[in-house]
Amino acid sequence: MSSSKSQIALSVRGLSKSYTIRHTRSVRQTTLAGAITDGIRHPLRRQTRETFSALKDVSFEVAKGEVVGIIGRNGAGKSTLLKILSRITAPTAGEVDLYGRVGSLLEVGTGFHQELTGRENVYLNGAILGMTRAEIRSQFDAIVDFAGVEHFLDTPVKHYSSGMYVRLAFAVAAHLRSEILLVDEVLAVGDAEFQRKCLTKLKATATDGRTVLFVSHHMHSVSLLCDIALLLERGRLVISGEVERVIRHYSQGFERHTSTASEAQERGGSGEFRFANFSPAKRCFDPNEVKQFRFDILQYRPRGGRFYLSAHLMNEMGLEIARFDSRLPGTWGEAAIENCELSFSVPWLKPGKYRVDAYICTGAGIIDAFEGASYFDVSEVLPYPCSTSHEGMASGVVLADFVWSLNDRRAIYSTDSAVPLSSQSHGGSRFVVHT
Amino acid sequence: MSVGELWEFRDLLIVLAGRDVKLRYKQTVLGIAWVILQPLLAAGIFSIVFGAVANLPSEGASYFVFSYAGLLAWNAFSSTLTKASGSILGNSHLISKVYFPRILLPLSTVFSTLIDFAVAAALMAIMIVIRQSGLHAGLILLPLWLFLLLVMALGVGLLAGALAVSYRDVQYILPVLIPFLMYASPVAYAIRVVPERLRTLYWLNPLTALLEAFRWSLLGHGDLELKYIAYSAVVSVGMLVGGVVLFEAMERRFADVI
Repeated sequence: MSSSKSQIALSVRGLSKSYTIRHTRSVRQTTLAGAITDGIRHPLRRQTRETFSALKDVSFEVAKGEVVGIIGRNGAGKSTLLKILSRITAPTAGEVDLYGRVGSLLEVGTGFHQELTGRENVYLNGAILGMTRAEIRSQFDAIVDFAGVEHFLDTPVKHYSSGMYVRLAFAVAAHLRSEILLVDEVLAVGDAEFQRKCLTKLKATATDGRTVLFVSHHMHSVSLLCDIALLLERGRLVISGEVERVIRHYSQGFERHTSTASEAQERGGSGEFRFANFSPAKRCFDPNEVKQFRFDILQYRPRGGRFYLSAHLMNEMGLEIARFDSRLPGTWGEAAIENCELSFSVPWLKPGKYRVDAYICTGAGIIDAFEGASYFDVSEVLPYPCSTSHEGMASGVVLADFVWSLNDRRAIYSTDSAVPLSSQSHGGSRFVVHT
Repeated sequence: MSVGELWEFRDLLIVLAGRDVKLRYKQTVLGIAWVILQPLLAAGIFSIVFGAVANLPSEGASYFVFSYAGLLAWNAFSSTLTKASGSILGNSHLISKVYFPRILLPLSTVFSTLIDFAVAAALMAIMIVIRQSGLHAGLILLPLWLFLLLVMALGVGLLAGALAVSYRDVQYILPVLIPFLMYASPVAYAIRVVPERLRTLYWLNPLTALLEAFRWSLLGHGDLELKYIAYSAVVSVGMLVGGVVLFEAMERRFADVI
């Protein structure tokens, strides 16, 4: 990943960050009086401290102009790494060298104020992100144009729709002229069209010769945007290199991980209940076949009340295709539940590899977050009578169960209708999709 | 943090200060009038309670003008202290999401205090003209007293603001402490009315010499005690230096704790 010294944009050596979690009978004192009285009452008591390492001895170099994706599961240390690189928080150990101005985008619209107008917020947000007023002034029109909010520039942003708000905020960030850009998952907002626009803009940023570090859960965006990726696992840098290879390693990591009971307790969530053996009925399904999964729910600690289940279906690129939330059909679980089953028949899935993430939740929070709960393949056996053309299948995320019914022209052009033929949709044919 | 880095971020300082000023008057009907109304009402109360009821002397001026002059200085001090100490917690969303020298947040509050001061001072100027007492040569020194008051307020404000990140009770202590400090300082009355035996204790309050000097510059009456002014100046600068050093030491942990 590195070449000669002069071309290095960023170098990290032995970076570690740990947080101290204190356990005392009395909780950490957050009031001054509490800290003083506690100190007086228990002068000799040592608090039991547990050190949580968010990052462990991470070293890497990034050359100028590289676009690097940082991937890993929740809690792997991705955001901590970005926060250290952008100087928001100080590392516990290690060194960071940055060659060039750093701009960080840890959220969209940092510092936006509801009461201020769009124009005022552009200047405020720009300055907070590290632009000078002269820079913002020279880019102002481009920013407004990108966001498409010309008519609302002098309206307080509290009256903006959430879409406009996000567009304006991203537009400012997208015009940041720093040599090194750190981006954290900000694309997870906005509508699909705007997300595409943002990706294009980021891609342009990259081809500009600037260095970009991009944290994302979204393998699809990472593979589109980045040449190189780093994979973090529990605070350690596991593998780095060419993006497709790292993403493959990451996906396999999930499969390797498919949990043993001992690992179940290390997963996210409060942990009163955990999934066990979340497995598909078959290793390989046909696209149009009913897909069934069986799983057990084990109880580790007593807990009353109801919970719901949710499964997220992802394709190979990490795109979430469907979410099976048991609240929608009104299915709720309780402590006595043991054997469970999930099945679905639509949408039809395209041939390829799939992953299911499964969750047990209550209204108050997550009980078990089982990422990579299950893996399965979908075979090449196509559900269509004439699957001769691959063109017809190349794009799209899922397969549709559809019918074209073509009606005779006379059947539609009835005599007592004055509607001319040309305004009939699709010149007389109708598009019917049965799902 | 270095002076060079602060200079690099000067535009952010200006924009943050501008934000404070703009926000202060959004959605208020009377807007900037509040800046005058507040000391006017307070001076009115003081002239009734201390002037008419307690019948305290007012250095030759009317009690109203006398206490307004005191409040002018006091408000510059207390509003800098209040805003600077709340500026870190009030901007926690910025601290956890973006880097900039954190000290810009308390520093930027000084601008809106200065604007408030300028508006209230304009009214003071009108009162002086109406009194026809003429301008006093000591007026030249007024900016120095103001500067020292702000330096002291900022020093305490930096420390309080940094402490408030870990210990939220700072937010509750200050609103109690600030009015207490006002009555313990010669704002609504002159040092001359303080009993002799308490006076040394009074001068130990670094605000006392500066408030007296401030009023001396405006009205031409009162005591200009040079040794106590020197003492206050040293304490003010010491507080700022101490405040900056402690702030810098605690700054590294802001994002982890806030």
